[in-house]
Amino acid sequence: MSVDRATVFRIARLARIAITDAEAERLESELSGILDWVAQLDELDTANVEPMTRVEAMTMKMRKDEVTDGFCAADIVKNAPQEDDHYFVVPKIVE
Amino acid sequence: MTDLTDLTIADAREGLAAKSFSAVELAEAHLAAIRCANRALNAYVLETPERALDMAKQSDARLAKGEAGTLEGIPLGIKDLFCTKDVRTTACSHILDRFTPPYESTVTANLWDAGAVMLGKLNNDEFAMGSSNETSFYGEVVNPWRRAGSDAPLVPGGSSGGSSAAVAARLCLGATATDTGGSIRQPAAFTGTVGVKPTYGRCSRWGIVAFASSLDQAGPIARTVRDAAILLGVMASHDPKDATSADLPVPDFEAAVGQGVKGLTIGIPKEYRVEGMAPEIEALWQQGIAWLTEAGATVKDISLPHTKYALPSYYIVAPAEASSNLARYDGVRYGLREPGKDVLSMYENTRESGFGAEVKRRVLIGTYVLSAGYYDAYYLKAQKVRTLIKRDFDQAFENVDAILTPTTPAPAFAAGEKSGDPLEMYLNDIFTVTVNMAGLPGISVPAGLSSEGTPLGLQVIGRPFDEETLFRVGHALEEAAGPMAKPQDWWSKS
Repeated sequence: MSVDRATVFRIARLARIAITDAEAERLESELSGILDWVAQLDELDTANVEPMTRVEAMTMKMRKDEVTDGFCAADIVKNAPQEDDHYFVVPKIVE
Repeated sequence: MTDLTDLTIADAREGLAAKSFSAVELAEAHLAAIRCANRALNAYVLETPERALDMAKQSDARLAKGEAGTLEGIPLGIKDLFCTKDVRTTACSHILDRFTPPYESTVTANLWDAGAVMLGKLNNDEFAMGSSNETSFYGEVVNPWRRAGSDAPLVPGGSSGGSSAAVAARLCLGATATDTGGSIRQPAAFTGTVGVKPTYGRCSRWGIVAFASSLDQAGPIARTVRDAAILLGVMASHDPKDATSADLPVPDFEAAVGQGVKGLTIGIPKEYRVEGMAPEIEALWQQGIAWLTEAGATVKDISLPHTKYALPSYYIVAPAEASSNLARYDGVRYGLREPGKDVLSMYENTRESGFGAEVKRRVLIGTYVLSAGYYDAYYLKAQKVRTLIKRDFDQAFENVDAILTPTTPAPAFAAGEKSGDPLEMYLNDIFTVTVNMAGLPGISVPAGLSSEGTPLGLQVIGRPFDEETLFRVGHALEEAAGPMAKPQDWWSKS
């Protein structure tokens, strides 16, 4: 097993997903299975290979630094679970 | 008059121009078909009949004035991954089931600008993560095709399973879809339809719910190669809102259809002859080779030595990018919120309740491979393997114009048959995922029926931004295969 139970809980915490003990047990074997399977990439020597970043060489475009959008606060908060006067409302963070 | 839902887009375009029927009649015929079919097939997660009729009326007005666009009055289904202004867009996830975008994706905006009519939003695997449409929060889609002598439900493929099923069952003339590892081509193969994944950068990703940003591409599913070419010509555009969108002119794809394959060299990669591949898939492939040879193409054996590493590297890159993209679903700005005792538990409860099992699995894998100390061993390694996969194709394309492979290792499987084992499900994408990893264009064309009486597809892979050759070769295969059988209508209930 490349992933143990504690690691499953640690990753779930990093990913901000609450999981139960039963889920952790299942995920332990599923994640290990997937990671063991991708380990076949170790057969390849990639020491002198550049990572792929583009399909075709393309220069990133520049544009003028100017406001092109905005003034739509009502649209932005329209789908918020909780909003107040164009602010997103979240549980208290600072005591 | 023939059934309006059975027309191709090319025929419907002519019929509308000749005033044989109106855009409203065409839309009404489809809306009626959807009403009778959707309970059985579950292809649409949202029907928009009022909007459809309103758009069709406007199309009729433009047709009358001689101002028709390329897709004037053509009724389409839209995968629920495309944001549609003021129309619920969910990616078929519980976490977005109350999301109504205040903006329109570039691809759908292009379609509406060309006069197309929206029938509704189509089902898909949750966040496009799946190969069977079984991970959708809104339930599975049923393939209109069944095995001969059986009424057991088959999957329509995924993730664009609603798109493929709707096109095959005559519930729209064409549909939008997206493809990250095979999500257009595999469902097209499973339903006897044509699916095109264009070159990365051909269609704007702006306004499409993101899964894996370096792999995602939008494309069409249609019933003929010509229809797919017509749709792609409208969907594709350079878009300053997507920095990865290619600033290249969009060719007249439809003009490529029918140009024939004389003078083309088609590569046959030996690495696609995988262990355990059904003999009928091998036979179909040989049939495709024979068809193209008879049509005047030269066939050549080629080698793509890193093929077997495409799927494992995909299952690093795609989850890694997904875990990053899906971090935005935190219960604050949009979507579901589940309360918690503090902000952290609010995030955790929201994502626990909002994401399904497959999405969680991929977010967790992605989080693991990107976590401290693992980046080089996994993500960087996988991106280097992509370079090797791409290099294989670059070398092959020095000697061939296109590559022919089967689309899938087997025909459509039964619902529930593969959902127990994630790895077994992932293997469905073995022939399609290489194309995404290298950013190339690919098309799946129906080429025959399996021994079970269900559709099988052949895939053609092309050079970057050379979709035209795909349409030439795809059309030659389509012509040689003859008219595709239709699924028997068992789903309509009035």
